[in-house]
Amino acid sequence: MDNGATLAPVDVAYETYGELNAKKTNAILILHAFSGDAHAAGISHEAGKPGWWDNMIGPGKAFDTNKYFVICSNVLGGCRGTTGPASVNPATGCPYAMSFPVITIGDMVRLQKMLIDWFGIERLLSVSGGSMGGMQALEWALAYPERVVSAIPIATTTRHSAQQIAFNEVGRQAIMADPDWNEGNYHGRKPPARGLAVARMVGHITYMSDDSMREKFGRRLRGKENFGFDFDVDFEVESYLRYRGSEFVNRFDANSYLYITKAMDYFDLTNGHSTLSTAFSAATARFLVISFSSDWLYPSYQSQEIVRALRTRNCDVAYVELPSNYGHDAFLVDVAEQTDLIRGFLGSTFEKAQ
Amino acid sequence: MTAEPQKKTAFVPEVLGRSDYAIIGEIVEPNTKVLDLGCGEGELLQWLAENKGVDARGVEISSARVQRAIARGVSVYQGDIDEGLADYPNQAFDYVVLSQTLQQTQRPLKVLHEMLRVGRRVIVAFPNFGHWRVRLSMLVSGGAPKTKLFPYNWYDSPNIHFLTVSDFESLISAERLAVERRYFLAGHHKVHAMPNLLAEVAVYLIRAM
Repeated sequence: MDNGATLAPVDVAYETYGELNAKKTNAILILHAFSGDAHAAGISHEAGKPGWWDNMIGPGKAFDTNKYFVICSNVLGGCRGTTGPASVNPATGCPYAMSFPVITIGDMVRLQKMLIDWFGIERLLSVSGGSMGGMQALEWALAYPERVVSAIPIATTTRHSAQQIAFNEVGRQAIMADPDWNEGNYHGRKPPARGLAVARMVGHITYMSDDSMREKFGRRLRGKENFGFDFDVDFEVESYLRYRGSEFVNRFDANSYLYITKAMDYFDLTNGHSTLSTAFSAATARFLVISFSSDWLYPSYQSQEIVRALRTRNCDVAYVELPSNYGHDAFLVDVAEQTDLIRGFLGSTFEKAQ
Repeated sequence: MTAEPQKKTAFVPEVLGRSDYAIIGEIVEPNTKVLDLGCGEGELLQWLAENKGVDARGVEISSARVQRAIARGVSVYQGDIDEGLADYPNQAFDYVVLSQTLQQTQRPLKVLHEMLRVGRRVIVAFPNFGHWRVRLSMLVSGGAPKTKLFPYNWYDSPNIHFLTVSDFESLISAERLAVERRYFLAGHHKVHAMPNLLAEVAVYLIRAM
């Protein structure tokens, strides 16, 4: 691992959709965002829930499973099947908790590469994801250029800005300030639910935009005509954030939150390079970069930095800023526009690669 | 031996409904690398990729047009050609194409210099403001000319620089550029004499000396 540690054994949770062709040239690796998991598409057996990108992956959809073989795995450090801080350390028989090594986006991608090797896939037709998934797509394209034909990083960056690190730090501090966190040793006890819920509430604010919040909630009151003159829920937006926060607690591990946000903050493609342009000297893939006009968490200028660096290397890159009101959430919501772009891009890439 | 073959050579077919595209299609060598500035929905690039096997890239400012270009499989990025070429290394392309857009750029000379820096050869197509219909329109109406070539009102025209064939020739001499080929078109026909008066569209293949 990047911090010098060795971690073994490691479990990887993954799902696949569609069929791998005989020459193994139609495989696409989908990379999930911070709170996502391997369940990217279809209806899960356990909860009956659609995957987090079900509107984009499936027969006839952007990532057309009639044509392509789509793989999605839970990231290293996650809490949805792949080894993470909530997993049991075989050496001690207890959960790793804070003894889990600090992970990086590079470590996540190294583990994904082992999965791809295990499938016997020589070259991925594409690696794609939004937000932290976009970071992994970029890491793939630079760390294993010979293994990817194309990359589709969406609403992402080559490195977190101070603002992005700041929001992550607020989330981490909310968790660590909760007495139930107990230095990460809450397993078998009460988890730091309040801290984790507050962290998630802050996160949700950054995923929306001023416009989308105005449209969705405005100043509407929740189930009442007048202010309560107390500190129960008055506004719709409060109710929404509380609901999102408490729902998150049921599916996410607080220590995973700490580890994965840290990995995002450490991510910096310029590491070890004098400029971003030299960092991209290894890139050989064809790129489709997408940003959204109202995304203030991963603003378009960060995508444009990627595009500019690729142009200095004369790489094949397509880029568009899609108009949207949904803020950072747009990559999960604005499906129609992305579908046309990705279908056309993948279609011509697949044709050229044959 | 009739006069007919002569007439036929003067006739320029259309590519995607445009004679200047046919000329560009004729100029571009197969399997080269082409950058189209102001490429719209990428129709020309797609045609060049499919018919000439070129590695086709484009720049376009309108998000909606870029979306349609990418959807047809062409690598286009959303950007402004007045500032957008700076990132490219020198001589990155075999051809840089600027079709009917030179008159719409803020700083045409700077754009031309940048094109010559990033491209080994430059193809410029522009509508000729010296065409007799333009001159007549202004003479008769006394207002800013409105013709088939320049159909806009003065206040909503995307054209912000008006140049003629003879203006462009002067620029080429002043800048000491080499013209490899020049084509003058009126409708579907090539113009062989008095292009500044008779050509509707001019297409130049130029390079730095």
